[in-house]
Amino acid sequence: MFGHSLRRTWGRRPLAARGEPELFQLQVVIEAGDPGCDGHPQLTSSEAYHLTVTEPVAVLKAPEVWGALRGLETFSQLVHEDDFGSFLVNESEINDFPRFAHRGVLLDTSRHYLPLKSILTNLDAMAFNKFNVLHWHIVDDQSFPYQSIYFPELSDKGAYSSNLIYTPTDVRLVIEYARLRGIRVIPEFDTPGHTQSWGKGQKDLLTPCYSGEQPTGSFGPVNPVWNTTYDFMATFFKEISSVFPDEFIHLGGDEVDFSCWKSNPEVKQFMKKQGFGIDYAKLESYYVQNILDIVSSYNKGQMVWQEVFDHKAQLKPDTIVQVWMANNYAHELSSVTGAGYTAVLSAPWYLDYISYGQDWKKYYTVEPLNFPGSEKQKKLLIGGEACLWGEFVDATNLTPRLWPRASAVGERLWSSSNVTNLQDAYKRLTNHRCRMLRMVHLLVWLRENTATTEELSVQWLYR
Amino acid sequence: AENEPSGETPCTELLVHVSTPGCDGFPSLDSKESYKLCVSKGSMLLSAETIWGALRGLETFSQLVGRDENGTYYINETEIVDFPRFPHRGLLLDTSRHYLPLRAILETLDVMAYNKFNVFHWHIVDDPSFPYESSTFPELSKQGAFNAMTHVYTASDVRSVIEHARLRGIRVIAEFDTPGHTLSWGPGAPGLLTPCYMGKVPSGVYGPINPIVNSTYKFVTRLFQEVSTVFPDFFLHLGGDEVDFTCWQSNPEIRAFMKEKGFGEDYKKLESFYIQRLLDIVSSLGKGYIVWQEVFDNDVKLRPDTIIHVWKDNNLQYLKEMANVTKSGYQALLSAPWYLNRISYGQDWIEAYKVEPLNFEGSAEQKALVMGGEACMWGEYVDVTNLTPRLWPRAGAVAERLWSNATVRDVEDAYARLAEFRCTLLRRGVQAQPLYVGYCDHEFGGV
Repeated sequence: MFGHSLRRTWGRRPLAARGEPELFQLQVVIEAGDPGCDGHPQLTSSEAYHLTVTEPVAVLKAPEVWGALRGLETFSQLVHEDDFGSFLVNESEINDFPRFAHRGVLLDTSRHYLPLKSILTNLDAMAFNKFNVLHWHIVDDQSFPYQSIYFPELSDKGAYSSNLIYTPTDVRLVIEYARLRGIRVIPEFDTPGHTQSWGKGQKDLLTPCYSGEQPTGSFGPVNPVWNTTYDFMATFFKEISSVFPDEFIHLGGDEVDFSCWKSNPEVKQFMKKQGFGIDYAKLESYYVQNILDIVSSYNKGQMVWQEVFDHKAQLKPDTIVQVWMANNYAHELSSVTGAGYTAVLSAPWYLDYISYGQDWKKYYTVEPLNFPGSEKQKKLLIGGEACLWGEFVDATNLTPRLWPRASAVGERLWSSSNVTNLQDAYKRLTNHRCRMLRMVHLLVWLRENTATTEELSVQWLYR
Repeated sequence: AENEPSGETPCTELLVHVSTPGCDGFPSLDSKESYKLCVSKGSMLLSAETIWGALRGLETFSQLVGRDENGTYYINETEIVDFPRFPHRGLLLDTSRHYLPLRAILETLDVMAYNKFNVFHWHIVDDPSFPYESSTFPELSKQGAFNAMTHVYTASDVRSVIEHARLRGIRVIAEFDTPGHTLSWGPGAPGLLTPCYMGKVPSGVYGPINPIVNSTYKFVTRLFQEVSTVFPDFFLHLGGDEVDFTCWQSNPEIRAFMKEKGFGEDYKKLESFYIQRLLDIVSSLGKGYIVWQEVFDNDVKLRPDTIIHVWKDNNLQYLKEMANVTKSGYQALLSAPWYLNRISYGQDWIEAYKVEPLNFEGSAEQKALVMGGEACMWGEYVDVTNLTPRLWPRAGAVAERLWSNATVRDVEDAYARLAEFRCTLLRRGVQAQPLYVGYCDHEFGGV
């Protein structure tokens, strides 16, 4: 259950003297009948593990393979080097499991294209920090890099350029690379707003804006009144549902600008017909509900941004609401969970909002359950996501901007709520940062010393 | 203006004409960096008075060459007469808060040259570490570097930096900041720093350089003798900023000295006492000096050719400071609005670009005393993992402000050019970060 801290008993015996005990083996035991090695991690997967480090054989036990991955990461962090270059590990016994089940990082590949290398390096960094969800905000206004099988024009016309795309192979590589690290990939195809780039390759998808009686030539959000919109979405999300194996798809639904809808005569007429009055939030909800139905019919759960809930759309019982607006987010968490919906918190963790100094501290001191609500409500907050929006970020600055700042979020989401001492965290985080640097250097070396892309994929996949 | 591609003989040669030889020399504050570039059908000519101007012209020339869809390189007919607005256009790197490997410094010098920066202000040592390997006092880095084997600049490293810079027309101005910012000097120079006191007993903690003992001045003389020989530029930066007086105040010997000298409780006078002696030492070594603004603010007696470095930026007071400094007849350098280490969300290059260094009340003679400025990249949160994207292309905004005419200030136009220049940097292998959404034809492959 949430709230138990990990219990760690350090051995008394330092491994320094003559005839020192040696560790010969780390045995990894997956306890479940089906360890899950061929499957995909899920929200309900167990990530617990039990690690006993003693001579001559250490044992890592976990109910599922996902816990074993977490335990392996911990084990790797226990090993340290002395001044003479010997590798040491203290006798330890660790019982560990995450506080929150959904611990994510959002990457934005629309404001700037991110080459595969970048995404994969960050999946590695995520694994070092026990993150288990990659929220892939793959398309948006500025560009559409996702190469769709049913609608190839979307990326043909919508990507920044023909080489700045993610082919089905690229997408499969990301999903598999993530899977091997126990990371779920939740794609976000954000609609009806944030869709300018969709209109380049899909005619008659976006709403034509009007100035009086005349179309201005510019377009607004997805057009919610045409049947063709829903035909398109049905086919499109059928593809997405089969390409992305995770149980959840993120449908977006944020920041819909109503001004274009308001200007469009057909839309205005539809509003009248539906009896929505002048409340365009109702139109937005009408659209979103249809998409939720479509995606449900493909047996996928949905994640949405908070506006979808705020504007009173009828959600499915297991729809996850992502709270992102910084203003009074505790109140929003109360509302969402109070209404019985599951929530994921991002509001205090917009890592793209850089500032001078040690801002990791403010991410670390967030207490996600600090909102008014019953025990039952608090159980509905299943975790959070550090978001790195891409307006000012691409492969040239992504890694140093995200890490180690996101590590503060990673610990907040994994560790017990009483692990809050900033001085101690600083010590461990500086150490962890140096460790991550060493690992990234190793991975870059591996990459540069690999002959073929095949070999490369295999090397990458199996680290 | 549009030009049709010439169907005639392609231009294959850029003739470079330099009137005054000087390839073996070092650039200086007085170096002329003007050049003239003429590109016409059948001839391309770059002419400059000095080699330094030719370097600037070559950079411009490289930026004029475009490539069409067929892969053909082309250049428009052009006639350019160019020269910098300010002669001192610098970039400060801090290698004490974090060590920067040699290749990071050399790469930064390359990109500085692309931006026509001509001064590398090397803030080489400070409180946290002393990476400069001194031949006179080897213990300084042995005891004061983060790691005396791996995190030091050997004499050879320093020579590489100076030569790499010289070949790009960049002066290297070393800063050995005293009397504050010197904690790392302590371990390798026992007796140099002031022991702080808790009542009547030394606390074990040290403060700024001890200004009352002769050994200090002997040490400083020998160190700067070495530094003056190692660094060929006429100017040395002597620091002098942020001296915390509390340690001096706590030390009984210093208090006695204050009484003896009749300084009362004004420790600024003690600071001035030290600085004046330091300045005399450095002068006698044949060097000029640059100091941070506190030295001027605290009424230290300065030589008329001292350059005051204005860095404090509280509520745009820096313009007042620029006025005061120049009114007193001193030359000034501006850094206050250009602390690039102070990152924030969004397009902060715009604020840096909009700065107008001469926007203060003063006569033309006063304004002529503004030599230029420096973009500063302090190292508290910066090392090789994030230096390049944090520096570029943001520092480019400062570079243009210091080179180009005061009338070149349209932000939209600057955005278009800087965004394109950023793509050029990527093509040249520089890990410059994006200004805003978009893409380059040659994207950075990622790490």
